[in-house]
Amino acid sequence: MRDFSETELERYSRHILLADVGIEGQEKILESKVLIIGAGGLGAPIAYYLAAAGVGTLGIVDGDVVDLSNLQRQIIHTTAEVGVPKVESAQRKIAALNPDVTVETYRTMLDASNILEILEPYDFIIDGTDNFAAKFLINDACVLAGKPYSHGGILRFTGQTMTIVPRKTACYACAFHRPPPAGAVPTCASAGVLGAIAGMLGTIQAAEALKVILGLGEPLYNQLLTFDAKTMNFRKTTLKPNPHCRVCAGSGIQKLEDYEQPVCDLKPQ
Amino acid sequence: MQLVINGDARTFAETQLSVSDLLRLESVELPDMVSVQINDDFINRPDYDTTAVREGDTVNFLYFMGGGQ
Repeated sequence: MRDFSETELERYSRHILLADVGIEGQEKILESKVLIIGAGGLGAPIAYYLAAAGVGTLGIVDGDVVDLSNLQRQIIHTTAEVGVPKVESAQRKIAALNPDVTVETYRTMLDASNILEILEPYDFIIDGTDNFAAKFLINDACVLAGKPYSHGGILRFTGQTMTIVPRKTACYACAFHRPPPAGAVPTCASAGVLGAIAGMLGTIQAAEALKVILGLGEPLYNQLLTFDAKTMNFRKTTLKPNPHCRVCAGSGIQKLEDYEQPVCDLKPQ
Repeated sequence: MQLVINGDARTFAETQLSVSDLLRLESVELPDMVSVQINDDFINRPDYDTTAVREGDTVNFLYFMGGGQ
């Protein structure tokens, strides 16, 4: 068992006080490695809370720079950082919050050629992306690599999330099969989202990551949690692994391929 | 017939309904953005016209949510 310093004992005291966490649980958190894909609406609160919790290594993947229109919800970035790569901006905030955390940054967009290599060192993966091509690719790669992960999606006033242990619990494709046709999708920027929704869902995903790391409670396995902030109705739908799932059933997925991604940009060209 | 849709008990005058009929009756605007689960099973999109919804079925419309950034 590691020797906790005085400052560590103080910093993490509210975790250590929890009977379900304790000093052993905090040690698990400090030794864990979590990859957050997307340093945006979901990634911002996820990264902040996991850094505060003391996750040992946080990987952050994002190819974008901070845009003024991001700041309505992406709380890890600031006005002064418009134009700065999001991974850099996030890294600065995490370092200021908790210097114990090692941050690995990947200033890139994930695709079928690089995702497996990036996932490899991590214990748990979190999807905080904004498009179906990425969400399905992350699912495929996590199933192929056998990495537990959290799916998350938000739209307008609603959010959904599920936690997946590949080939043990239902995966994203068990429920949603494949990306919807491009023409049908009210894409990211064009659909809009209430900023606080990103915080609601992101903090649920962060809590799920910590539960899996700690082996605690009942993660959202075989459960799709959805909420509608207009009514504050939360609902869990029970899923079961789809015996015909093209990704995780039988021999399932063998090789990654990129999905077609509809264009999503509101800015004048 | 009686159905449970997204957790709510519902009564329909119709005695026979396909998944496509139900999507229309429920005014689902973008059926392409919904995954349909009847009892435990997910229904393939091409089978919506030919898959019957039966008395007492539990139906879930799961909406695709693609945002996150």
